[in-house]
Amino acid sequence: MDGFLKLIVDILSQPAILVALIALIGLLAQRKNLPDTLKGTTKTFVGFLVISAGAGILSGALAPFGEMFQQAFNVSGVVPNNEAIVAIALTEYGSSTALIMFFGMVFNVFIARFTPFKYIFLTGHHTLYMACMLAVIFSVAGFTSFWLILTAGLALGLIMTLSPAIVQPFVQKVTGNNNVALGHFSAVGYAASGIVGKLVKGKNSRSTENINFPKGLGFLRDSTVSIALTMVVIYLIVALFAGPTYIEENLSDGTNYLVFSLIQAGTFAAGVFVILAGVRLVLAEIVPAFKGISQKLVPNAKPALDVPIIYTYAPNAVLIGFFSSFAGGLVSLLIMGLTGTVMILPGVVPHFFTGAAAGVIGNATGGLRGSVAGSFVNGLIISFLPLFLLPVLGDLGFANSTFSDTDFGVSGIFFGTLANYAGQIGIVVSLVVILAVMIGLNFKGTKNVIKQEPLKEEK
Amino acid sequence: MKVLAVCGSGLGTSFMVEMNIQQILGELGIKDVEVSHSDLSSATAGDADVFFLAKDIAEGGDHLGNVIVLESIIDMDELREKVTAVMKENNKL
Repeated sequence: MDGFLKLIVDILSQPAILVALIALIGLLAQRKNLPDTLKGTTKTFVGFLVISAGAGILSGALAPFGEMFQQAFNVSGVVPNNEAIVAIALTEYGSSTALIMFFGMVFNVFIARFTPFKYIFLTGHHTLYMACMLAVIFSVAGFTSFWLILTAGLALGLIMTLSPAIVQPFVQKVTGNNNVALGHFSAVGYAASGIVGKLVKGKNSRSTENINFPKGLGFLRDSTVSIALTMVVIYLIVALFAGPTYIEENLSDGTNYLVFSLIQAGTFAAGVFVILAGVRLVLAEIVPAFKGISQKLVPNAKPALDVPIIYTYAPNAVLIGFFSSFAGGLVSLLIMGLTGTVMILPGVVPHFFTGAAAGVIGNATGGLRGSVAGSFVNGLIISFLPLFLLPVLGDLGFANSTFSDTDFGVSGIFFGTLANYAGQIGIVVSLVVILAVMIGLNFKGTKNVIKQEPLKEEK
Repeated sequence: MKVLAVCGSGLGTSFMVEMNIQQILGELGIKDVEVSHSDLSSATAGDADVFFLAKDIAEGGDHLGNVIVLESIIDMDELREKVTAVMKENNKL
């Protein structure tokens, strides 16, 4: 009997097997045939192991970077990159992440079914990343086993419904319809951009789309290219400051310090490439199952989809937003340098994807001026939020990388701070209250629903 | 026959387009077409017979060959029209 129990525990503590089981359940629920079921389950299983392999590659390139940065500037340098931090965290929190993701999706369906918030969050990789972050924060707060899965799963379900809700008024303005929502955990930055756009709107502010703007930066949307290029620039700058003697004696084993840095930068991009391949395999079966099941159970469900859905509405704003957000990141870096805090390095990937969307939304509310100002504010927000997120991440706060998008910062800081001041009870009470308010809105007019709720999540 | 949906990171958008194409193929009753999704870096011309890209990354997809550009990624009518046209060209309808 003990042997059997140990076998069960061993199975459940292997995240690769766990996610494969979740995929299997999804495939069976959809009544797929045997070959498809077998294929999907196996791919999910292998996919998770691919992510772990990518984490190994990436940690190998991040460790020397951390030491070089410390040597050069005497403070830590942090590269915000979701894939990096998630892959590293999954090595320790893999099983809880898998279960939290599963229950988060279940709660998302329930919340959409029984409250006026009809959003079904279909951006699977962000669900996975958020599940991972919550696994870390709720574990640091002291939750374990069943309670960890239940509370963090509920938190995930709430965030999956509220995040699309707070940007929906702006997305509606961009797309002109209310059938599709934005499912991207940078909603706080987008909403901020929309509000700033409204504030700076001039009397006759023209749209970004009425000006001529140079094209040709589309290649940055290719994430391997943009990650590799930024990491090369960042690595080489840090290497120059750290100096050849230190690097060649302590880190590179005699290899020229610039050559060493170039290879490490490339290795970082290689690690992310591998992790992305793994994430794709893991999600291949889970997301369609979630989509199919939620459409059956939730009448009038609004799918919340990945951020590029709004890019095509204002291609100039996409580029303007990127530049402006990146400028915000550089200004933040300067402020951090002057004040001597941990330095959050501006990553091209978060600034491109979230800055672009902030630009499109800022343009919708405030034209060119709104686009520039809104995405600049987005750049400031995604630079400073990680600074306050690091302390609540426990040991993971020292990993030289962290979550890049705003909703990770906002919800992480919210639950982490709550845990520090009010403990586990504080977290449970707040989750129940938020859920009760959302269900309660069923019985009030649905008119001002979207306006009331964002404040709740932001503070 | 193979169809590939492509986006910048190969995670969200291309996956959604893939699921929508699959839904449309189901409606059309076409079975022997394989649909998958990928990122711009990994995709090569040999990966599929037809590639679906959103307008905003179309300039990065010149190397792929037979590319169908989507004006809006959330417009099912546009997608249905374009998928149907492709299937007719390839004698699947």
